Amino acid sequence: MKSSVIVFPGSNCDRDVAVVLEKLQFKNSMIWHKETELPRSDLIVIPGGFSYGDYLRSGAVAAKSNILSEVIRAANKGALILGICNGFQILIECGLLKGALLRNSKLKFISKDILVKVLSNKNKFFNKYKDGEVLKLNIAHNEGNYFTDKKHLDELEDNNLIPLKYCDKKGNLNNECNPNGSINNIAGIFNKDKNILGMMPHPERMSDKFLTNEDGLGLFLSLMN
Amino acid sequence: MVITKDQINSHGLKVEEYKKIKELLGREANLLELGIFSAMWNEHCSYKSSKIHLKKLPTKNEIVIQGPGENAGVIDIGDDDAIVFKIESHNHPSFIEPYQGAATGVGGILRDVFTMGARPIALMNSIHFGSPDIKITQNLLNGVVSGIGGYGNSVGIPTVGGETKFNSTYNENILVNAMAIGHANKNKIFYSKAKGINKQVVYVGSKTGRDGIHGATMASSEFDDKSDEKKPTVQVGDPFTEKLLLEACLELMKDNSIISIQDMGAAGLTSSSVEMASKGKLGIELNLNKIPCRERNMTPYEMMLSESQERMLIILDDEKEKEAKKIFQKWDLDFVVIGKTTDSNSLVLNYDNKIVADIPISALSDKAPMYDRKWNKSKISKKKIKIKDIKKIRIEDALIKILSSPNHSNKNWITNQYDQVVMCDTVQKSGGDSAVIRIHNKNKAIAISVDSSANYCKADPKTGGKQIVCENWRNLISVGAKPLAITNCLNFGNPEKTNVMGEFVECVEGIKEACEFLNFPVVSGNVSFYNETNSKSIFPTPVIGGIGLLDNLNNIMSIKTKNPGNLIIVIGKTIGHLNQSAFLKENFSICEGPPPEVNFVNEKNNGLAVLKLIKEKIALSVHDISSGGMLVSLSEMSISSGLGLKIYKPKKMASALEYFFGEDQGRYLIEISKNNLNRIEKFMKQNKIFFEVVAEVQNDIFEMEKIFSLKINDLHNFNNQWYNNYNATN
Repeated sequence: MKSSVIVFPGSNCDRDVAVVLEKLQFKNSMIWHKETELPRSDLIVIPGGFSYGDYLRSGAVAAKSNILSEVIRAANKGALILGICNGFQILIECGLLKGALLRNSKLKFISKDILVKVLSNKNKFFNKYKDGEVLKLNIAHNEGNYFTDKKHLDELEDNNLIPLKYCDKKGNLNNECNPNGSINNIAGIFNKDKNILGMMPHPERMSDKFLTNEDGLGLFLSLMN
Repeated sequence: MVITKDQINSHGLKVEEYKKIKELLGREANLLELGIFSAMWNEHCSYKSSKIHLKKLPTKNEIVIQGPGENAGVIDIGDDDAIVFKIESHNHPSFIEPYQGAATGVGGILRDVFTMGARPIALMNSIHFGSPDIKITQNLLNGVVSGIGGYGNSVGIPTVGGETKFNSTYNENILVNAMAIGHANKNKIFYSKAKGINKQVVYVGSKTGRDGIHGATMASSEFDDKSDEKKPTVQVGDPFTEKLLLEACLELMKDNSIISIQDMGAAGLTSSSVEMASKGKLGIELNLNKIPCRERNMTPYEMMLSESQERMLIILDDEKEKEAKKIFQKWDLDFVVIGKTTDSNSLVLNYDNKIVADIPISALSDKAPMYDRKWNKSKISKKKIKIKDIKKIRIEDALIKILSSPNHSNKNWITNQYDQVVMCDTVQKSGGDSAVIRIHNKNKAIAISVDSSANYCKADPKTGGKQIVCENWRNLISVGAKPLAITNCLNFGNPEKTNVMGEFVECVEGIKEACEFLNFPVVSGNVSFYNETNSKSIFPTPVIGGIGLLDNLNNIMSIKTKNPGNLIIVIGKTIGHLNQSAFLKENFSICEGPPPEVNFVNEKNNGLAVLKLIKEKIALSVHDISSGGMLVSLSEMSISSGLGLKIYKPKKMASALEYFFGEDQGRYLIEISKNNLNRIEKFMKQNKIFFEVVAEVQNDIFEMEKIFSLKINDLHNFNNQWYNNYNATN
């Protein structure tokens, strides 16, 4: 499988995700933001970080970069797009995903291990997980508080477009286990065709048994299916 | 033009120092030159009060590649891998503007590390605040923590821990010490020493603005009630540009185009150009019209003294300009040739086709004043506090009081604001005895710990100096690492006062003795004097940042207890030294008497024995005993794992408080399987090490037979409330 990781100035999880992809034998290329062409890729990853410093709204500048128009073109042709953390913010800013990522409800940067529940496994990204499986992943963000209007929220809920929600050990969804105030505990969403996934937690950080666990590895394995 | 006395004073110089400047120049200085002298001769840059004492520290051994004097220290960890590290203070700026002060402290120390060709792999810090009860502390705590996180998170370097302490001695002088650790190929280290004449001097990075002018001079004077007016001397950080600069520099370093490189840190363009020329015994000539400026109409004075961040000076080899420029353009950074090296041995500055400054390099470096300041030996209190002299207290009440105190509470509120795992090599986060970072793609790791003990150092500077080195050594051992070398940040008051200078001299002496005995050299560091407000100095606060090596990651150890039924033994003798203990301070507000003694021989024997037990897989969890004593350490092990402990009643219950809360040095708690007890007995006997069994691991309950019983959840809650409660109230 061919993958591309987009590198913006200020991206800082690009290497982390590339390490996992290469470990799984993806044929991976790192694509600099000034490029105007994208190699043919089955998977395009927009990694975490602080693209262009995120001094404007997070992801807002990256959404206007050269390479993004290529990503959008590939997405429309059905390529799989994975936006992690800052990548999720960029996908929202460029319109590939709907809604908004607001400042965390407690107004602080949050970095910690959290639990999420897999709510939809009949798709390209989560087919290696069991439905309802609870994963321990890591978050690190300032603006991860997902919000959207009622109509879109209903659309997401009704069409299984929310694959991940923050939960507790038993898989219950409540306020206590919601780290950033996201509406309906949303940690990640799909577009209508489920070929574009944006998520705040970092699966690449939980893909090495030695460091933590391999709860995130299943996502990359699913993509290979 | 004649320089007036007011101008001399406002530059932080003394009249006799200006006399010396005139002698060295053979004439009056102009205002720009005066500014340059003040930037180079201040305490922060010249180490004029500390140099003669720092020379006593051991700085070499078989693994040291580069000791003090460069941007950072470098040690060899085998297989061509080198670790580059340093700690530095940003105390004064952080008090004036906590967010930017702390952020730029992190930025500066990162540049020190990647300037040498290393990719930063971890950040640590030591932050000290005044009493939580005074109003500004909460604001300072929030600002500093956000600033440290804001910078490191954005650049994408994990901040993996450190220490946070509160003490009223820092009410008006907080301490913010940041440490950066990088990894490099040991054959590809870059230095600041210039070589060759007529080589291009290149300015790269951010543009120069009016921020931070005279920052180093500000950091070299004491505060008064008008310190707030110094706000414009604090720099503003831009972690995004730092990340670009980091990547661009590392990209350029892949080939051999750089002759020397120096970050523009304190005293900016002045100190970087002078240091490069001075080390290379060369001159340097700059055309100030070429400096990329952020604002219009900046004067030569402002350009030379600006401390704008994220800038570097590079001396390039011939004909490498085009390639180098391409790299910096790719990263959208300024790249301008601003001058050249010369054989004049002088710093010559041109502006609008006129020479605006011409100073012999040696006048700014070697001939800078050096003082052998007068100092007094500290008076050491011999007063021993006996348990019978204090009010009765129940063991569990004393324990809970300590565990829920600001200084001993769990620091998740802080560390949850730091990205600890970006780069995906963090094996052990903060919360244990040391952080552990894997060397990328290898089965080995380094351990990092940052430690200080201001109360001990105040009570007895020399013993305190010894103690912090030993505690650091112990923390590294406790995760299974072989201690290698340290960096230190020496935070003190006004060195012109004999008692403060005495504290400094004696602390350094203590550090020296410990480092020598343990073969634990000092490879980099920083001195911060004048931590004083309205003539009140802080407690002497040397901070030690140590690095250890785990040559096999499978030998990593943590404080987390493993299985019910296992035993906990304590290695090292418990006498019950309560003076200067957390027990007396938190429960009775008593802070008197001498600190615990340090016995180097025991320290080393015990430490090496623990390392052996870890390697032989006999030790299942390890925690050193430090502030709070044995019972606090036992409870930390329990809280970490969620497993309880049955603690054995000591033989003499009369001295139980001394036994459980005494802060005797050189001790470790180790979890072992019951089957190994005989083996341990034999091993300890052979190695002449004292040990005793103190507890047994069990489920859920943390108890002492017939004395007290606590649920682990409750213990956890006592330890986890303070920060949230403190920061919930405004």
